[in-house]
Amino acid sequence: MNYFNTIFFGIYPFVAFTVFLLGSLIRYDRDQYTWRTGSSQLLEKKKLRLGSYLFHIGVLAILAGHFVGLLTPKAVWHLLGVEASTKQALAMGAGGLFGVICFIGMTILLHRRLANPRIRATSSRMDIVILLMLYVQLILGLLSIFVSAGHMDGAEMLKLMTWAQSIVTLNAPGAVAAISEVHVIYKLHVFLGLNLFLVFPFSRLVHVWSIPVQYFRRNYQIVRAKAAGGL
Amino acid sequence: MSHFLDRLKYFKKQREPFADGHGEKTDDDRSWEDGYRRRWQFDKIVRSTHGVNCTGSCSWKIYVKDGLVTWETQQTDYPRTRPDLPNHEPRGCPRGASYSWYMYSANRLKYPKIRKRLVKLWRQAKLEHADPVDAWASIVEDPEKAKSYKACRGMGGFVRADWSEVNELIASANIYTAKRYGPDRISGFSPIPAMSMVSYAAGARYLSLIGGNCLSFYDWYCDLPPASPQIWGEQTDVPESADWYNSNYLIVWGSNVPQTRTPDAHFLSEVRYKGTKTCVITSDYSECSKFGDTWLAPRQGTDAALAMAFGHVILKEFHVEKPSAYFTEYVRTYTDMPMLVTLEKKGVRLIQGRFLRASDLVDNLGQGNNPAWKTVALNKDGRLVSPNGSIGYRWGEKGKWNIEQRDGADGSDVTLQLSLKDCADTIATVAFPYFGGTAHEYDYFQNTGHDDVIERLVPVKKIRGADGETILVASVYDLTLANYGVEQGLQDPNCAHGYDEDKPYTPAWQERVTGVPRGEVIRVAREFATTADKTRGRSMVIVGAALNHWYHMDMSYRGLINMLMMCGCIGQSGGGWAHYVGQEKLRPQTGWTPLAFALDWQRPPRHMNGTSFFYNHSNQWRYEKLEMAEVVSPLADKDKWSGSIIDFNSRAERMGWLPSAPQLGVNPLQLTREAAAAGMDPKDYAVQQLQSGELKFANQDPDNPQNFPRNLFIWRSNLLGSSGKGHEYMLRHLLGTRHGLMGKDLGEAGGKKPEDITWHDEPREGKVDLLVTLDFRMSTTCLYSDIVLPTATWYEKDDMNTSDMHPFIHPLTKAVDPAWEARSDWEIFKGIAKTFSDLCEGHLGVEKDLVTLPIHHDTPGEIAQPFAVKAWWKGECDLVPGVTAPSMILVERDYPNTYNRFTSVGPLLEKIGNGGKGISWNTEAEVDFLKKLNRTYREESERDGRAKIETAVDAAEMILSLAPETNGQVAVKAWQALGEITGRDHTHLAKPKEEEKIRFNDIVAQPRKIISSPTWSGLEDEHVSYNAGYTNVHEYIPWRTITGRQQFYQDHEWMRDFGENMCVYKPPINLKTVAPVLNKKPNGNREIILNWITPHQKWGIHSTYSDNLLMLTLSRGGPIVWMSETDARQAGIEDNDWIEIFNVNGAIAARAVVSQRVPDGMAMMYHAQERIVNTPGAETTGTRGGIHNSVTRAVMKPTHMIGGYAQQSYGFNYYGTVGCNRDEFVIVRKMNKVDWLDGEDVKAAAAAEEAVQ
Repeated sequence: MNYFNTIFFGIYPFVAFTVFLLGSLIRYDRDQYTWRTGSSQLLEKKKLRLGSYLFHIGVLAILAGHFVGLLTPKAVWHLLGVEASTKQALAMGAGGLFGVICFIGMTILLHRRLANPRIRATSSRMDIVILLMLYVQLILGLLSIFVSAGHMDGAEMLKLMTWAQSIVTLNAPGAVAAISEVHVIYKLHVFLGLNLFLVFPFSRLVHVWSIPVQYFRRNYQIVRAKAAGGL
Repeated sequence: MSHFLDRLKYFKKQREPFADGHGEKTDDDRSWEDGYRRRWQFDKIVRSTHGVNCTGSCSWKIYVKDGLVTWETQQTDYPRTRPDLPNHEPRGCPRGASYSWYMYSANRLKYPKIRKRLVKLWRQAKLEHADPVDAWASIVEDPEKAKSYKACRGMGGFVRADWSEVNELIASANIYTAKRYGPDRISGFSPIPAMSMVSYAAGARYLSLIGGNCLSFYDWYCDLPPASPQIWGEQTDVPESADWYNSNYLIVWGSNVPQTRTPDAHFLSEVRYKGTKTCVITSDYSECSKFGDTWLAPRQGTDAALAMAFGHVILKEFHVEKPSAYFTEYVRTYTDMPMLVTLEKKGVRLIQGRFLRASDLVDNLGQGNNPAWKTVALNKDGRLVSPNGSIGYRWGEKGKWNIEQRDGADGSDVTLQLSLKDCADTIATVAFPYFGGTAHEYDYFQNTGHDDVIERLVPVKKIRGADGETILVASVYDLTLANYGVEQGLQDPNCAHGYDEDKPYTPAWQERVTGVPRGEVIRVAREFATTADKTRGRSMVIVGAALNHWYHMDMSYRGLINMLMMCGCIGQSGGGWAHYVGQEKLRPQTGWTPLAFALDWQRPPRHMNGTSFFYNHSNQWRYEKLEMAEVVSPLADKDKWSGSIIDFNSRAERMGWLPSAPQLGVNPLQLTREAAAAGMDPKDYAVQQLQSGELKFANQDPDNPQNFPRNLFIWRSNLLGSSGKGHEYMLRHLLGTRHGLMGKDLGEAGGKKPEDITWHDEPREGKVDLLVTLDFRMSTTCLYSDIVLPTATWYEKDDMNTSDMHPFIHPLTKAVDPAWEARSDWEIFKGIAKTFSDLCEGHLGVEKDLVTLPIHHDTPGEIAQPFAVKAWWKGECDLVPGVTAPSMILVERDYPNTYNRFTSVGPLLEKIGNGGKGISWNTEAEVDFLKKLNRTYREESERDGRAKIETAVDAAEMILSLAPETNGQVAVKAWQALGEITGRDHTHLAKPKEEEKIRFNDIVAQPRKIISSPTWSGLEDEHVSYNAGYTNVHEYIPWRTITGRQQFYQDHEWMRDFGENMCVYKPPINLKTVAPVLNKKPNGNREIILNWITPHQKWGIHSTYSDNLLMLTLSRGGPIVWMSETDARQAGIEDNDWIEIFNVNGAIAARAVVSQRVPDGMAMMYHAQERIVNTPGAETTGTRGGIHNSVTRAVMKPTHMIGGYAQQSYGFNYYGTVGCNRDEFVIVRKMNKVDWLDGEDVKAAAAAEEAVQ
């Protein structure tokens, strides 16, 4: 058992993150024309608008939650006076709410992608695979809420936090030790999450890197100098 | 360097604000923009065009990048027109703009391909026979072997081959066929030389050198309007589209200008801004309807009735009641209206006879030369005169063949009388046939209750004939008034006194037939004529295929041409007959004919009219159900017309009217050998054999294997996917493969068999041994061929293209080399000629070939048969070649020198000269010039010292140097030659351009305008737009008809038998193709009967573009048939449903387009949608649905076979039977099961085929 834990949660994360980072970098540099969201809005707009809004609202909130929840050191929480149990309740509540929003959005998007003949015909295999993976991942995440509800003390959550923080601090044995005892559903969730990172550079997910945050503070008109840049 | 690292310089970014900080300048990377920039960069632009018979002939820029053609755009560098006339450019349409798609598409033919079964047999036979010609014989003479590859034509099974192998096979087949059966058992079909004349010439030159037949297309496509040769003695001559702008009243009749003449349509819009009124006449609400200030929608097929009613109003108001001075002078000078016609007693009736001739009168009216061919009129002083210009003056004498108003005898001025009313000896009752009373089988076309013979009053003169007896004569003018039912003060009870009377041909009468309100007819006729009167003829009729594809097309056409003649519009700027159907205008024609038909080496070539050829050899005559008794005049002798259509065609061939292919019932090479053995001149020998009955014409026994068309070349054409009327008959009988024919032949059905044709009970299938097609794409025709040769596209070869829509000559230029293993047509036929020459040793040497030649128009022979129709085989006259039968001419063929002759300019041009349309000139200077331009051969062979024609550009230069249209010096010579016959000086028309010479490089630099030449009846100069008949009217050059004038009256015996001496309304005929299959193969859905209309496409031109992905995307992506909402509801059909269309001829599977555009009772399928795209199986036939011609069949009209009679004499693509197809009815029903025929059984069969090794 420990052997599998070591492979999947001690070694595999580094492989997945390496592919994720290096793959993104290479694709960004070598294949600029493929760096896009692959929007199908031209072919179908109505369902997309509803589904996409719900999905993005949900998934952005969830991602933010995961990021803050998993990577903030225990000490910081302690300093802030947030108990693990409180944090778990918060995670379950907010995660559940946004999870449901995201679920509705994804259900619409998935249905649209598979059932609309024009969208279906123009979808790549990866478009469908990535959507299905996200969908399963979301469902696993939502299911884990029920498991968490069985032990509201926040202990399981702490294990996962420890695992995540061990990974980012390159402490593989610590990571394996932290995660080996958690409920299988979390393991599945984490494992699928790692796979998402693995396929990320090969999918339309790369558009995540290019969130147009500059948009919020850009000038009305931007012109580029003629001789500048790579010329 | 790295996009990522660049992004990381976020904080180091230069930001230079401007506009108070609203904007900023950054130094962000811009290299990504190059991607977009490169998208529209190119290495060069080359000028070319599309050779697709669309009549556009538009100049295009072809963009080349990295050695590939990337896209095309319209050229805009046409020479400017004169002030006050809009420019031509930009010319082009979305179809042309999508052409480059073909070049690198999956449809592109990349390698020579051959039927697998055939190549297997061939390779085996080559192992067994040292000589490839023997190898070929071993295959085709073995019925089982021959059948094994013929029966799978059209069903895949091609494999790649290399050029040397296919050339060897083709050459061997040709040699064997010529040797065993005769060179005239080899034929070639290629249409529209004007669309790529060098490519046409390539195949035609090869065929002509070896003695094969070139098949005509213009008549076969039914684009040839027989009314034009009948009225003017001219194939087709029409105004350029720019002349529309000179018009003051335009009727657009059955021509969908914006859709099918897209690059020219702007002139129609522009002239409306100038104030010209337009009336659009189409049965459906076509795209053109919106151009009309008035839109009239007569029931399809009844246009002649409408034209007759227009004519009725014009004659009554502008000729009788308030005669227009201009009209009166015009018809007197330029038409046959003053000519006298004899009236003959027939039973109790007086019927209209032939033109009175000088030979009918005492002393031949002083005419020594051709008195039988000089028509007679009455001068105002009461004298009978033979005015200048009739065809008798054209041949045998000089200087009087003009239409100056002079007496041919003494040259005195004359004023010919139009009506004889004021000097009549009596008023006679003359019989006029009426055809509008016949009821139609499906009750779709209305009939009226009038008698089939109507007697009307005509003023008549009694004159004394040569033999002393009295001849009754009337003028064409009076007969015309009577024919139109116009009352001219004779108190005729059978003429109309008002427009509301229901008498033929009043506006009220036509209302019942066409459905057009009478008030509209009267108004449009008045507007049309008033405009013409005030502007001296600036009223024009644009007309198209919609009218010309009916069996009685000549009636509609003559009806509207009569209107134009009555109003003096023909030959006037902005006026006249604008018939646009095919791209028939090969402007440098006389320069091209020597190249194309090898006239520089040997004459005459073998020409054959396509319609008769295909009707005959695809055995359509075996199924013929149209009796001639149904269509001849009630005044004709019905016994004379008891035969079948094929009988009349055969008789026409034997009388020297129409050409034959094959010609005689034996191998002509063998015939000359037999003659030599008998010690006789071959011609005398043939005559003797024919008279004794030993020898027959091939057409008397077309099903005899000796007379099969054994080898067939098709290039620049999609014969089987587009123009093949009777498609399924061709599949069965010509090709011997799977077909959807459901009809029974006359043998099986117990019908009346032909009288003169040998009937074989056993149907012949697979008559063609070898079908070779050249194309750049896998068309339906390629699919059915034995060998497919990949040819250069329009952007990969050097060639030339002209049109009747504008006066420019365009090049096709080689922008890139032919892709993969493709070669240009010129190189392909050159290659075949080379192999042929190499292989014929031991089989064919210098051979003597006896060629039969019909009596040709524009030759002295055209006045061969002045009076009755006489059959030599019945002993009614002697067999005199060239007079009562075809000429028989001995041609020496030097087979081993075929290649040498193909590639050099032969000696006959210097020896005999060059010319066309009845005139000729010395052309030594031009040949000498060519020797310098193209250089000469220096070698030990027949071509030593002769000018080279190695490349397509050499060939183009030959055309350009020899033609008056492109060489000013020749133009002056040609006008001089004509002037000798007319007695007038015409050289002023070309003198200003005498030094102008157009070279191939010139037209590559910019489209060039042609030089005016006597080959054409219009002028292209600084002052007028090209308009047909212009030189006839303004230079007094006669029309090439019997009277020398435009003819309202047609006096040949067969024309009179058909009641077509005058224009009349004839309803569509009944082809009887529906009843035998109606409700016989039910699928549970309701079957309705609709009239079958096949107009030109919106998304294609003929079949090209109909398999082009871009165009398919714009339309519905596969075969579609339009129908009305009412009919669709009746049959339970909804838009886009799969429907089947069928009759005894075959079946089509397509999707329905249900539209308000279509009138009830009509089904419309755009012409030539390829059956290779998205076509499922048809339920009735069990085989794949066919093309639009799967439910049609050619049906011929004997009046088009007439020959040896002035303007009614044969000319290649000029006169002859036409392949009409719009009288056809079909059954339409919803399909139950859409079977793509790709099930397990089909796959198993395909696998079995694959296993053939």
